[in-house]
Amino acid sequence: MSNVPPELQYTKTHEWVRTLPDGTVEIGITDHAQHALGDLVFVEVPEGGRAVALGEPAAVVESVKAASDVYSPVAGEVTLGNPGLAAEPEAVNNDPYGKGWLMRLRPTKGVATAELMSAADYAKFLQTEGD
Amino acid sequence: MGRKTPLFELHQELGARIVDFGGWDMPVQYSSQIGEHHAVRRAAGVFDVSHMCAVDLKGARVRQFLQHLLANDVAKLKRPGKALYSCMLNEAGGVLDDLIVYFMSESWFRLVVNAGTRDQDLAWIRSHSRQFDVEVTERTDLAILAIQGPEARAKTVSLLSASAADAAMALGQFFGREIDSWFVARTGYTGEDGFEVMLPSADAVRIWRELNAAGVASCGLGARDTLRLEAGMNLYGQDMDASTHPFESGLAWTVAMQPAERHFIGRAALENVTPSRQLVGLLLEDRGVLRSHQKVYVPSLGARGAGEITSGTFSPTLERSIALARVPAGAVQQVQVDIRGKLLNARVVKPPFVRFGKAMIETGVNE
Repeated sequence: MSNVPPELQYTKTHEWVRTLPDGTVEIGITDHAQHALGDLVFVEVPEGGRAVALGEPAAVVESVKAASDVYSPVAGEVTLGNPGLAAEPEAVNNDPYGKGWLMRLRPTKGVATAELMSAADYAKFLQTEGD
Repeated sequence: MGRKTPLFELHQELGARIVDFGGWDMPVQYSSQIGEHHAVRRAAGVFDVSHMCAVDLKGARVRQFLQHLLANDVAKLKRPGKALYSCMLNEAGGVLDDLIVYFMSESWFRLVVNAGTRDQDLAWIRSHSRQFDVEVTERTDLAILAIQGPEARAKTVSLLSASAADAAMALGQFFGREIDSWFVARTGYTGEDGFEVMLPSADAVRIWRELNAAGVASCGLGARDTLRLEAGMNLYGQDMDASTHPFESGLAWTVAMQPAERHFIGRAALENVTPSRQLVGLLLEDRGVLRSHQKVYVPSLGARGAGEITSGTFSPTLERSIALARVPAGAVQQVQVDIRGKLLNARVVKPPFVRFGKAMIETGVNE
């Protein structure tokens, strides 16, 4: 079974969202996603200041086998792409909810987060996908 | 569901992720593709390649038949057991498949052909064999294991009797022979030393487990692909196919145009070819990963300078991205590759990228 931390929110495309105390959000890919992708060897994160729309490809994670887009689960302005992943892309495999975060965003005011799933709902969703 | 090798259930038991490969359900990786890659470069790994097809050709005129069928010349095979790599071409000079041919005896040669092309290969071979009275037998009774890496030979022969082990260790590079019920060849597709072993299907699971117990890692087709690309070896269907000829596929060295009187299939077409394209190795200088079908531009050639990557990956040994690309013929040293709309710099290098665990190209750029 995949690790699904209870305090985070999730998408059907296997991103997670953590709301930070200052109102910004931290975004990464789930344990299920990193496992499905395999060993990551290159991660491209967005630069600070970039505006991203809901569902826009905002980062790219590449395994030995293939490149995969990461879709922004919220609309907003990027405050920071994780600078540690250039030298250590495998952090996304080893610590997907910690050192392997991809980007931080300041959500557009009034953004709807109703599309996001709770941990319990995401765990159920994974079962329907045959995790 | 695809076709399955005798080892399919063992792969599942070992936790392999199964993918379709040329109509076969094959293990792509067991735990970590990069870990499996390093196991082969540093110690030993075993691959199930039973989806490939061994074909026995028997008859008094089998050598003549192969001199007609293949672009390389089996006249080079003088000592029994010797193997030769060759393309099989159509009349237009396009590559129908690449294969290994083993010289078993003067009336018996063995081919090993690719999984994805085996049915059409067999039909082609059979249709041309009749005029030479050659009998064609698909050896579906054999499993094929590739045991590769610096420790592969020693670990493999640890499973054998003393006399069989001596016989296997005495094999020279690119030689094979029958040893008891096995056919053992010192060949492979990784750029490392090792064996390819054909054995009765019923023995395959037991031997795989014994290899694991001897310290040989189970390796999937994912690692096999990164290993062969580091070794600068083409993959049929990706780096060449029936729409490309050997001269634009880095395979001129496998085409024997001499002697001029040997009329192999495809020869007439190749004689009239002036290659306008070439297959080259690329090393990405910027950060990113080269992938097949990315567009390549040769700035020094202007508008004529467009090409395409045929195979690309991240090289676990070099920790850089490498590729094979088909670009215009001529002197090309520096190219740009379109990766998601950005033009990144890559340098043309001569494959192999890695051989016997060592980098064969200079990677010291930019960092």
